[in-house]
Amino acid sequence: MKFAVIVFPGSNCDRDMYHAVKDVLGAEADLVWYQSSNLKEYDGILLPGGFSYGDYLRSGAVAATSDMMKQIKEQAKAGKPVLGVCNGFQILTESGLLPGALMRNKNLSFMCHQENLIVENNETLFTSGYEKGEVVKFPIAHGEGNYFCDEKTLNELKTNNQIVFTYQSNPNGSTHDIAGIVNKEGNVLGMMPHPERAVEKLLGSDDGLRLFQSVIQNWRNSYVTN
Amino acid sequence: MMKKVTVYITLKQGVLDPEGKAIGESLNALGYQEIVDARVGKFIELQVDEGPNLEERMNEMCDRLLANPIIEDYRFQVEEAVQS
Repeated sequence: MKFAVIVFPGSNCDRDMYHAVKDVLGAEADLVWYQSSNLKEYDGILLPGGFSYGDYLRSGAVAATSDMMKQIKEQAKAGKPVLGVCNGFQILTESGLLPGALMRNKNLSFMCHQENLIVENNETLFTSGYEKGEVVKFPIAHGEGNYFCDEKTLNELKTNNQIVFTYQSNPNGSTHDIAGIVNKEGNVLGMMPHPERAVEKLLGSDDGLRLFQSVIQNWRNSYVTN
Repeated sequence: MMKKVTVYITLKQGVLDPEGKAIGESLNALGYQEIVDARVGKFIELQVDEGPNLEERMNEMCDRLLANPIIEDYRFQVEEAVQS
């Protein structure tokens, strides 16, 4: 399986993401500059964290207007897995691939520490390697991770089982303690916590490994059965 | 003719504005007890070549990029641009 790690001006977790899939998991991966037009070559798309375009206007808003996002929308529509972490999640909501919006943390602080997450849905291609209800430890590092959506959207998220991760102890004021959601089709996951920074025990946790392993495993399965 | 369009963007009523809240509380702390609420936003000044459907196009620009309609409200005013 070959991953594209998308690099916008201002992305800064691109190397971490690349390291996680390439060095730790041994998958194929390329850092793909946002002006590239070859996204079709890849089997999975990773949108890393950072501050694309210096968070101008709103986090992720400028990146969402890029031609790269048009390509990502096409690939998402074709069913390829798309994972957006942190700023990647913000770009996914700004571009409309995921519902809701990410707002300033309730306490106004940039927060950078480990959080316990609850796996609410283990029936996605990203989380099949986890138990439902399992508690996992991922780092967070964000100032605007306060997930907001209206009640109607929240009900839809619940009905369609789109809430994938919640915080055990809500750090940022997110609606319904939401840390990560998928689209209705289940192939686009956005989350504020960083699974790519939880792939080595030495660095505090390797709970994020299974997320990437799940993606690879499910890709293999689909490849074999098709 | 050139127009100046000023766009004002604020968080929707009902959406928590922690920065506005902190500012309101700071004003209270300075003794301005008359401050009941504060909302923070941004304004964007645009120089626009006048053409047809200015209002409609401005609304579209606000909905598509300048504001995020999920969390923000916007309004704009159109004036004659002052030629420098």
